[in-house]
Amino acid sequence: MSMTASLALTVPELILSVGALLLLLVAAFGGDGFARAIGWGAVALFAAAGFALTGPAGNGGPGFDGLYIADSFAAFAKLLIYIAAAVSVAVAPGFFARTGGGYRAEYPVLILLSGVGMGMMVSAGDLLTLYVGLELQSLSAYVLASFLRRDTRSAEAGLKYFVLGALASGILLYGISLLYGFTGTTLFAGISDSLAKGMGTGQMFGMVFVFAGLAFKISAVPFHMWTPDVYEGAPTPVTAFFASAPKVAGMALLLRVAIEAMGSGTDAWRQIVVFAALASTILGAVAAIGQTSMKRLLAYSSINNVGFALFGLAAGSAEGVAATMTYMAVYIAMTLGSFICVLQMRDRDGQPVETIASLSGLSRSRPGLAAAFAIFMFSLAGIPPLFGFWPKFLVFDALVRAGFWPLAMVGIATSVIGAFYYLKIVKTIYFDDPAPTPFAPAASKLEGGLITLAALAVSPLGYLAIPLLDATSMAAARALF
Amino acid sequence: MIQTIAFYLFAALVVASGTLTILARNPVHSVLWLILAFFNAAGLMILVGAEFIAMLLVIVYVGAVAVLFLFVVMMLDIDFAELRAGFAQYLPFGILLVLVLAAEMIFAIGAWKAGGIDMGSRIAPTPSEVPNIEAIGTLIYTRYLYIFEGAGLILLVALVGAIVLTHRTRGGVKAQNVTAQNMRRPEDAIRNVKPAVGQGVEL
Repeated sequence: MSMTASLALTVPELILSVGALLLLLVAAFGGDGFARAIGWGAVALFAAAGFALTGPAGNGGPGFDGLYIADSFAAFAKLLIYIAAAVSVAVAPGFFARTGGGYRAEYPVLILLSGVGMGMMVSAGDLLTLYVGLELQSLSAYVLASFLRRDTRSAEAGLKYFVLGALASGILLYGISLLYGFTGTTLFAGISDSLAKGMGTGQMFGMVFVFAGLAFKISAVPFHMWTPDVYEGAPTPVTAFFASAPKVAGMALLLRVAIEAMGSGTDAWRQIVVFAALASTILGAVAAIGQTSMKRLLAYSSINNVGFALFGLAAGSAEGVAATMTYMAVYIAMTLGSFICVLQMRDRDGQPVETIASLSGLSRSRPGLAAAFAIFMFSLAGIPPLFGFWPKFLVFDALVRAGFWPLAMVGIATSVIGAFYYLKIVKTIYFDDPAPTPFAPAASKLEGGLITLAALAVSPLGYLAIPLLDATSMAAARALF
Repeated sequence: MIQTIAFYLFAALVVASGTLTILARNPVHSVLWLILAFFNAAGLMILVGAEFIAMLLVIVYVGAVAVLFLFVVMMLDIDFAELRAGFAQYLPFGILLVLVLAAEMIFAIGAWKAGGIDMGSRIAPTPSEVPNIEAIGTLIYTRYLYIFEGAGLILLVALVGAIVLTHRTRGGVKAQNVTAQNMRRPEDAIRNVKPAVGQGVEL
């Protein structure tokens, strides 16, 4: 395949990286005065990259001798990633302005470069592409986590994320080197061929290490320890970003590695995925109960949700993968919505408040916000009229079809435990006595609009999107098998 | 013949400058001996046909690492006499390390005689007919171009991140402003005075 044809497949990454370089120049010469304009430029670039997915980049097959794969699976994941990244760029200036500055022109540029890395991850057809993409995404994330460097919590979050992330990268790299050593190739297709001839101890060790490294990136138990601290310490728009786009990228990468590279060793990795899924759902549900900070609670909620999404992979079928992708799509809407709601939690001086107790009686002072919170919480809990129920249903349906009904029963039981703390928040908002210090009034039409959009998406209206969502996620899953 | 002479020359100089690195009293001299050792090691690499590694040794180790050492050694106020004071105390541990290393070397040479580990074939085998700089260049700029560019972006992120996290604009710094300097007219800077007899110049 010629270089031009390969480059045509990577148009979204090209748009993002060239755009990021140009915006970096604007930032260098124009200074932080241009930060907002650069932010909107970044949103426009994400839109352009998303639009470019309609071309060969969305369904062009492998490029660069198999290093890069542009299929409908990658396109589906990229669309979610670009939407989530654009939202976290759009809501950032308001947050930083209210918390006393700190918004700088590098924020959108770093998210753009992180977007390039996530695009590389979901399109990876080779362990090298996987690693380079992952590092590009992670390195930008470390910087973003400590973006408010004067804030000790933010600096601590960045440092913790960096140290643990570097450890995870080392584990992943060790697994990659073992796989390369024992299969003689880094291409997913080649690894799959080699594993089909039987999995030796070396390959098995390599696979376990690769899965451990990737589990860290999606914060699946037992590699979740960093999540609550980092989510709590990082600035809220950055937390919204962490909880959405990199999760989709990591999950899509895990699906691709599991199915495309190690599809012939499904029985070997299934135990790992089943354990991670069960442990994530149980720990995510139980550990969240005692939390007092909304951001920590949402961190445990994301661990819990990743567990449910992994159940789809555990099924190991095309239906299961499609269910996981649908789950991630709905999860993005719920998570972004919840975090933008958290952005609204500010006292009279505009300083952010994070305790769950400060939400009490919110229904009387801010009925709109209270309703939005309730919708997202009910949806995260998977209570039927809301759209959050549908992906959970799909995941368990895929599990039962693949014959894993005991696993599905345990999963459903853990979702009941999880429902407890989501409902506790709704109870705090609607039935507790109003907090002594009510929140400041809504300050941003943009955030209000985004909350409304996300709430509509997870409301029963979301069921109208099922045919479209089913068709695209099924096409995406078929691309892997 | 000439290769053998070159080998013994480089090898002897590596060993000699390595010894002097640890024996020199002045730490700056130690670093300079270290640089000489790196250069001679690069010569050895060229002799075995690994010219890419030779280049890396000179560019990375001499150009960056050793110069960095030199700066650190020059800027830190380390009392090396005091550091050497515990020599006898650390001697047993040092000897233990030397013994472990020696055992490993003997073991490795023994294992080397037995042939390589039975692993999978390489994805990009080293071609025998082209020099290895050319081979690695061809691979990086054609087959792995995409990843190479990705690695470039990672370095860019590291650069941007370092600036974002550490750079701050400080007040009260007298930075040079070339435009302001060029815009300055003589009438802004020069004042003609004609002091009367018996009076000094008032500034």
